[in-house]
Amino acid sequence: MIAAAFEYHRPADLKGALGVLAEYGDDARVLAGGHSLIPMMKLRMAAVGHLVDLQDIADLRGIRVADGRVKIGAMTTQHEMIASADLAGAAPIIAEAAVQIADPQVRYMGTVGGNVANGDPGNDMPGLMQCLDATFTLVGPDGSREVAARDFYHSAYVTAREDGEILTQISFAAPKGGYAYEKQKRKIGDYATAACAVQLTKAGGKVTSAAIAMTNLSDTPVFSDAAGAALVGTSGDAAAVKAAVTAAVAAINPTGDNRGPAEFKRHIAGIIIGRAITRALSRA
Amino acid sequence: MGKKMQIALTVNGEAHDLLAEPRELLIYVLRERLNLTGPHAGCETSHCGACTIEMNGKSVKSCTVFAAQANGATITTIEGLGSPDSLSVLQQSFREHHGLQCGYCTPGMITRAHRLLQENPDPTEEEVRFGISGNLCRCTGYQNIVKAILAAAATINGAKEAAE
Ligand SMILES: Cc1cc2nc3c(=O)[nH]c(=O)nc-3n(C[C@H](O)[C@H](O)[C@H](O)COP(=O)(O)OP(=O)(O)OC[C@H]3O[C@@H](n4cnc5c(N)ncnc54)[C@H](O)[C@@H]3O)c2cc1C
Ligand code: FES
Ligand code: FES
Repeated sequence: MIAAAFEYHRPADLKGALGVLAEYGDDARVLAGGHSLIPMMKLRMAAVGHLVDLQDIADLRGIRVADGRVKIGAMTTQHEMIASADLAGAAPIIAEAAVQIADPQVRYMGTVGGNVANGDPGNDMPGLMQCLDATFTLVGPDGSREVAARDFYHSAYVTAREDGEILTQISFAAPKGGYAYEKQKRKIGDYATAACAVQLTKAGGKVTSAAIAMTNLSDTPVFSDAAGAALVGTSGDAAAVKAAVTAAVAAINPTGDNRGPAEFKRHIAGIIIGRAITRALSRA
Repeated sequence: MGKKMQIALTVNGEAHDLLAEPRELLIYVLRERLNLTGPHAGCETSHCGACTIEMNGKSVKSCTVFAAQANGATITTIEGLGSPDSLSVLQQSFREHHGLQCGYCTPGMITRAHRLLQENPDPTEEEVRFGISGNLCRCTGYQNIVKAILAAAATINGAKEAAE
């Protein structure tokens, strides 16, 4: 499997990378860990004339937690997120999700920026970031802008990012309360048949907030307001969990593929969402 | 044919300079240009781990790295971990515990296990299984691979303690 020929660029800073993107337009594409893009290029499903490798741009790396906000540089790898003591303290759901992505070798290379920018509905970080109500920072020729993860995904591989823009950072308020990332997959290294991220808080025996988002159950990640609302104000009893699951499943639109027909996925989704809510409640 | 570029690599402690197309896969640079045939091309689709090498301190599937990306990298392959006359502890342990049958997965398996033990010198059985989950073996059923890695960890830790 040989990718089509391309010209390789390895700029030292963000300005250099934006310059190459501006010069070559949609014939240029950035390369992060390469573990989604290279397989696509080898299959000739992606044609790239100019590949812009971000590996030397130190500003795009690192995890910072300060004043209750978490900021993760786009080139931070899944391995680094799993190993981060700061993240384990501020947002343990990140590592819980990241260890369920692919396998160790992929996680050493795969970056959070690549995972959320890719636009593949199978990627786990987009749903997670919607659950956390994260904000993506995009930098382009005209400066920088922020887009909410919940507004970023339009359809498979179509996102709010413009061709000339680079996603530089992901940030969110350090979540409080209980959390869970549940994923059903056929084997290690497989994308989700269904996955669900939950963050919720409780006070005085009642659920005070709940965010629920799902992975690989539509052509984009799915954030369900209604599912969260079904839990808020309840004690998190079985009837409330059931109502939340029903609301969440109503929001998905799975398609049949080699992981099973749509009806099967709806069934699995219901189970996974229920488990995620129950585990998050048990930790709240 | 795409334009070739100069690529500098340090592999198993030796510096190499070579001309390659940016799109060449690192696995073939190692195997066909540097004659390091330890890392195997099993699936070429990032799934089997037979091509695992160590690059800049990470276990990496070298079928999923372009030659250009590796420019400047420090790489270790199975050839750099031990030799037939002087097996590494892990290699010796795979031999003693029958951690291989056909041997196709073994270079990747041992190279991965090497990094795993650098990061987690005293892993549990579960941690070993999770740590090698990117490496597939069609023959052994993994049982003896896991045994071999755990035994190697014990040997290395025992030697360390004895030295202290
Ligand atoms: C065997 C295997 C199993 C996998 N299983 C899973 C899984 O279960 N769950 C999962 O979530 N992922 C999975 N992945 C994908 C993996 O997590 C990828 O690493 C990840 O999707 C992309 O990250 P990357 O850094 O490798 O990005 P790349 O492959 O380098 O890039 C992906 C896309 O995003 C764009 N891009 C990258 N970075 C930026 C940026 N900073 N700004 C703008 N655009 C950018 C690129 O141009 C490209 O279009 C798997 C991969 C493999 C090989
Ligand atoms: S050949 Fe690289 S993972 Fe199989
Ligand atoms: S020993 Fe044959 S594939 Fe592992």
